[in-house]
Amino acid sequence: MRSGVIAKKLGMTRLFMEDGRQVPVTVLQLDNLQVVAQRTAEKDGYTAVQLGAGSAKAKRTAAAMRGHFAKANVAPKRKVTEFRVSPENLIGVGEEITADHYFAGQFVDVAGTSIGKGFAGVMKRHNFGGLRASHGVSISHRSHGSTGQCQDPGKVFKGKKMAGHMGAARVTTQNLQVVKTDADRGLIMVKGAVPGSKGGWVTIKDAVKKAVPENVILPAALKSHAEEAKRAAEEAAAAAAAEAEAEAKRLAEEHAAQEAEALKEAEASIDADKADGGDAPEGEKE
Amino acid sequence: MAMNLIAELEAEQIAELGKTIPDFKAGDTVRVGYKVTEGTRTRVQAYEGVCISRKGGATLAASFTVRKISFGEGVERVFPLYSTNIESIEVVRRGRVRRAKLYYLRARRGKSARIAEDTTYKPKKASAEA
Repeated sequence: MRSGVIAKKLGMTRLFMEDGRQVPVTVLQLDNLQVVAQRTAEKDGYTAVQLGAGSAKAKRTAAAMRGHFAKANVAPKRKVTEFRVSPENLIGVGEEITADHYFAGQFVDVAGTSIGKGFAGVMKRHNFGGLRASHGVSISHRSHGSTGQCQDPGKVFKGKKMAGHMGAARVTTQNLQVVKTDADRGLIMVKGAVPGSKGGWVTIKDAVKKAVPENVILPAALKSHAEEAKRAAEEAAAAAAAEAEAEAKRLAEEHAAQEAEALKEAEASIDADKADGGDAPEGEKE
Repeated sequence: MAMNLIAELEAEQIAELGKTIPDFKAGDTVRVGYKVTEGTRTRVQAYEGVCISRKGGATLAASFTVRKISFGEGVERVFPLYSTNIESIEVVRRGRVRRAKLYYLRARRGKSARIAEDTTYKPKKASAEA
């Protein structure tokens, strides 16, 4: 099990595909997503990484949290969440996770806090049908009907669906497909809607109801790794360029040497010709 | 941080799609070339009628509604302006109307559903009419 990520919901848009399809997508952004702490089996009894996202003002951060962030040597974060991971997938404190953590086509579960609806009636909250518009119904057109039986059982069962507070609860939407990622801007686009309002924090995890794909990056897509790879690639490119240059130089030298050799040979042959020329007339004289 | 990254992304996608949208408004008669896939092969189907509404402004979600009378029955189709299924949009006739949405045409038939031609039409910019 690898870590999930914390993202900010930016809003929804659509993508027009080459084949004429339109895909509705929610744009999620990874904002300074760093590992703030680790939980280990020896110390805490379980293994997890604590991630922090966003940026908070130091003076508006509680002193205790300031100390916590200082220990990890990261800037104060707006949102802190723990993700359970298997011990081999622990990530070093201070590492930054990039949007390459997920790839296009992968399925993810996104959890967030849904938009609050306040005190809602049963029609809105539980999709009840309400009462009739006429036939003697007065005032209670949107009410629920009966809430139970008679003297036996003589009570309303626990869990009866009634009016009450709706929304502003943690909701997970499962099996959303990642359509596109943009590591430079830290964007992940998933197909469909995601719980919560724009600007709200959500967590993204590998879908629990699908097999984890083979090509996911373990333990996580880290910025340090990306930079390392980039540097290595640059070095390799530089080395290759240097080698090519050396090769070209060597070839040029070889070529020059060959030319010099050819020149020498030509000169020698001219000398020989001269020598021959000197001899020939003598031969002719004979 | 860009406050409106969504608008930025949409503008990028519009630029990437690289569509040339002619300058047209409600009241204009347009011919839309729409790609239709039948089995494996695709062909372009022309749909011609009066544009009765344009929505969405300059966003990626912009759409327009085209109304025509087909076999005596009014037919309306809503096209997403930036759809990759739209091969071409061609302005056949410029109409002179005083509303942005011509929903009143739905209740009209025949003579009263006509729209006067705008003979004084001038392209906004030289590049607007591609």
